[in-house]
Amino acid sequence: MPTAKSSASPISRVNDFVVRFANVNGSGSASANEMFARAIMRMGVPVAPRNIFPSNIQGLPTWYEVRVTEASHLGARGGSDLMVAMNPQTFDKDIASIEPGGYLFYDSTKELPASKFRADITVIGMPLTAICNREYTDPRQRQLFKNIIYIGALSALLDMDMTALEKLIGEQYKGKEKLIEPNLKALNIGRDYAILNLQCPIGLRVRKADKVGDRIFIEGNAAAALGAVYGGATVCAWYPITPSSGLADAFTKYCEKLRIDPETKKAKYAIVQAEDELASIGMVIGASWNGARAFTATSGPGISLMQEFIGLAYFAEIPAVIFDVQRAGPSTGMPTRTQQCDIISCAYASHGDTKHVLLFPENPAEAFEFGAIAFDLADRLQTPIFVMLDLDIGMNHHLSRPLVWDDARKFDRGKVMTAEELEAGKDFGRYLDVDGDGIPYRTYPGTHPTKGSFFTRGTSRDRYAKYTEEGAPYVDNMQRLVRKFDTAKDLVPRPLQSNSVNQTKYGVIYFGSTSPAMDEAIHMIESRGHTLDRMRLRAFPFHSSVNSFVADHDFVFVVEQNRDAQLRSLIVNECGIDPVRLVPILHYDGTPITARFIAKAIGDHLDQLKVTPLKVNS
Amino acid sequence: MTYLAKPKFHHPNLPKNDLGYTHRDYEGTVSTLCAGCGHDSITAAIIQACFELSIEPHRVAKISGIGCSSKTPTYFLGNSHGFNSVHGRMPSVLTGANLANRDLIYLGVSGDGDSASIGFGQFAHALRRGVNMAYIVENNGVYGLTKGQFSATADRGSKSKRGVTNTDNSIDLAAIALQLGASFVARSFSGDKHQLVPIIKAAISHRGAAFIDIISPCVAFNNHAGSTKSFDFVREHNEAVNRLDVISSRMPIEVKYAPGTVEIVEQHDGSTIALRKLDADYDVHDRSAALGFLQHHAAKGQIVTGLLHVEKDSDDLHAHLHTVDAPLNALNEKELCPGQAALDTFNASMR
Repeated sequence: MPTAKSSASPISRVNDFVVRFANVNGSGSASANEMFARAIMRMGVPVAPRNIFPSNIQGLPTWYEVRVTEASHLGARGGSDLMVAMNPQTFDKDIASIEPGGYLFYDSTKELPASKFRADITVIGMPLTAICNREYTDPRQRQLFKNIIYIGALSALLDMDMTALEKLIGEQYKGKEKLIEPNLKALNIGRDYAILNLQCPIGLRVRKADKVGDRIFIEGNAAAALGAVYGGATVCAWYPITPSSGLADAFTKYCEKLRIDPETKKAKYAIVQAEDELASIGMVIGASWNGARAFTATSGPGISLMQEFIGLAYFAEIPAVIFDVQRAGPSTGMPTRTQQCDIISCAYASHGDTKHVLLFPENPAEAFEFGAIAFDLADRLQTPIFVMLDLDIGMNHHLSRPLVWDDARKFDRGKVMTAEELEAGKDFGRYLDVDGDGIPYRTYPGTHPTKGSFFTRGTSRDRYAKYTEEGAPYVDNMQRLVRKFDTAKDLVPRPLQSNSVNQTKYGVIYFGSTSPAMDEAIHMIESRGHTLDRMRLRAFPFHSSVNSFVADHDFVFVVEQNRDAQLRSLIVNECGIDPVRLVPILHYDGTPITARFIAKAIGDHLDQLKVTPLKVNS
Repeated sequence: MTYLAKPKFHHPNLPKNDLGYTHRDYEGTVSTLCAGCGHDSITAAIIQACFELSIEPHRVAKISGIGCSSKTPTYFLGNSHGFNSVHGRMPSVLTGANLANRDLIYLGVSGDGDSASIGFGQFAHALRRGVNMAYIVENNGVYGLTKGQFSATADRGSKSKRGVTNTDNSIDLAAIALQLGASFVARSFSGDKHQLVPIIKAAISHRGAAFIDIISPCVAFNNHAGSTKSFDFVREHNEAVNRLDVISSRMPIEVKYAPGTVEIVEQHDGSTIALRKLDADYDVHDRSAALGFLQHHAAKGQIVTGLLHVEKDSDDLHAHLHTVDAPLNALNEKELCPGQAALDTFNASMR
């Protein structure tokens, strides 16, 4: 029985709202919901979808959120304007999360008492189960087509263009053409029912626009994997772990497409699913030592397991690329929820004095670029490079600028001494700082019959790679490693600074997947009467401009998605900054950070400052 | 001291191999192991084997883990790159190195602590994958560098130097290598150079995962009465199933064998193994029978040595992965980077 009752005035918005689908996982809903998001994008309206899923294959609650945003606010917003409540387990919570004046779409096959609903929302019931039972006999079909039917209904409720949906169904079942017709039929069943029985359209509407441009719709894991292909990775060793498995899967898929020798049909790559993360990183180090470009993809628990090997690669100076798709820790934590919580464990991975290069891409386009750059940096610096993705970037589709490659670009293989150079009598000391940048020359195994061989080890050694436990050469070597890390500061992607038009004493530092929410939050903060200069960090070690940015402001907020303000600690530690000048803004419940959260946290803080101005002497 | 190079001078008439190298060209630095250590005999056997096979001395990658055995790669093949990695992880480093460049010879050197305990998993998986390598375990039944604790290959009931009896069951790495599908499995004894050198040669010539368990007594901590890895015990209980001669393709077969006593096994690199049977019924191609044979004799306290198993048409990880013939580390931008044109197509497909 369709019902409609409301006491708050219903939200009325075009191309600016959030639809949230509450489903049971394993029911096939994700692909239907994704199709819904894509259809809106095809109408020229930017979307930001996010899949909030359990660590489970079937039966647990899962949500899919589509933010429709003509203004291209691609971060998560929070709340929902239209809740598509398909999961009885979470029904009450789902209703509670609807914005005042929002809409509820639910399966009304079974009559529910009025107490189940809220007075301030519009309730739209559609007997989906009854319709599916009538139309289909096969239980799996009833389940799968139910998803398509509600998409059909939504298309009418939101006044969407049917041709985009129809086209998408055609594309999705390309090669399985006999599935196209039944899916189109289901879509129309839903749409026709809505038109006949429901009040269409509701206050939320999708209107054709021209705001998507040439942007692409891609997951960060896929983009990073493609970056590895373009960056020349030939060896990938990995161990399955959420949320990084998709990266290795995508690398496999792209290699099968782009890296098969056309004549011999043989593979110009080797991918090994290792027995664990220790073996994955061991293989990466072995391959890199031997002159191939190699990487692994993992998440926090994998990083923990790789610690010993990472220290070896640091100390023995072997390139390695590690994609860390971060998830909520500690321990198993929340394996399908996002966080930026491996900053410290990666920056200082392994025992003894170590420091590592981290890259912080903000979105898939940068995941592609940094994914490729990482291999140049690893070769140039002869050290592990961490590409710090997270579940939000990695596993969600993002509207992202198209991927670009300069065909004139050459791989930077770093300082490798050749057989010719050795033959010509060039002095080879594996750990000799010839150029004063802390980076020594290396040779690949098998280069020359009598010159250039050396023994790679995790034990201390002198400049010519000879074992020693003497203090002076050990210190000499450790100092050179510091010099090398300083060199890295100017090689890694620089921070991006954008100053407010009005002079301000306050700044904000952020990185990675916080980026879209920050872009949006800055306007919200401005509308509260505050101004902020912004700096987005893109790598560690920090460029000298980080010091000057902090120095130029009384306070700098550091926004991050972990409990312990890990990036802030790293800045304090590495830049020697007084901690009171860095105000932590922390979001770590496992959901992507939102503009609302940032704007409130920073806005409230600045409001307080306005009421009781602090006396700053400096 | 490991950093002490051996003097380079040598007798002017030292014999040379096909490539014109002498034995000395395959040596490394001076060993720092205890005088009389079994491992030094294995080092000598490796040098001999590489010399006899006329391997280019720089075309080997010698990779090890941590422990006494894992130190030995500094003592041989000084012109080859070596990698002393982390404890128990030689197999993964070797696997990666092998993926990067299929053209080198891979010599993995490990010990019983390295391969039977901390690195048992990596040992198993490298063999299971068929990585093209000669994987040598210098097996002495104890942790030498940490002064004599039992390792996982110490036999149950054997006694430590301090008089403690081992109550844990032992791991027979050769038996497990057979079970895991290694295409070449042998066991030998560091004190039997005549058996060991040809086995190492055959393992190096073999395509695929070649595993050699070499019993190598620890003179400092495991060479006493009550040990089952002492020189005396191994000599007394050695049950050799065969003797090998490895004949390279360049050498004419000169040795005359009595009819019916020798089996010729063709190797992938063109060389042949002449297998002189000591046990007439032992079939090196029957994996499950070999496993039974090992267990049967182990129960009697005997140590079965010799070439235990070899697969006739073995292949390796590169064959399984169908990789290109060129080493992956030699491919450049042109061969690896699909360029903007492919990206344009990709971008178009993602809208």
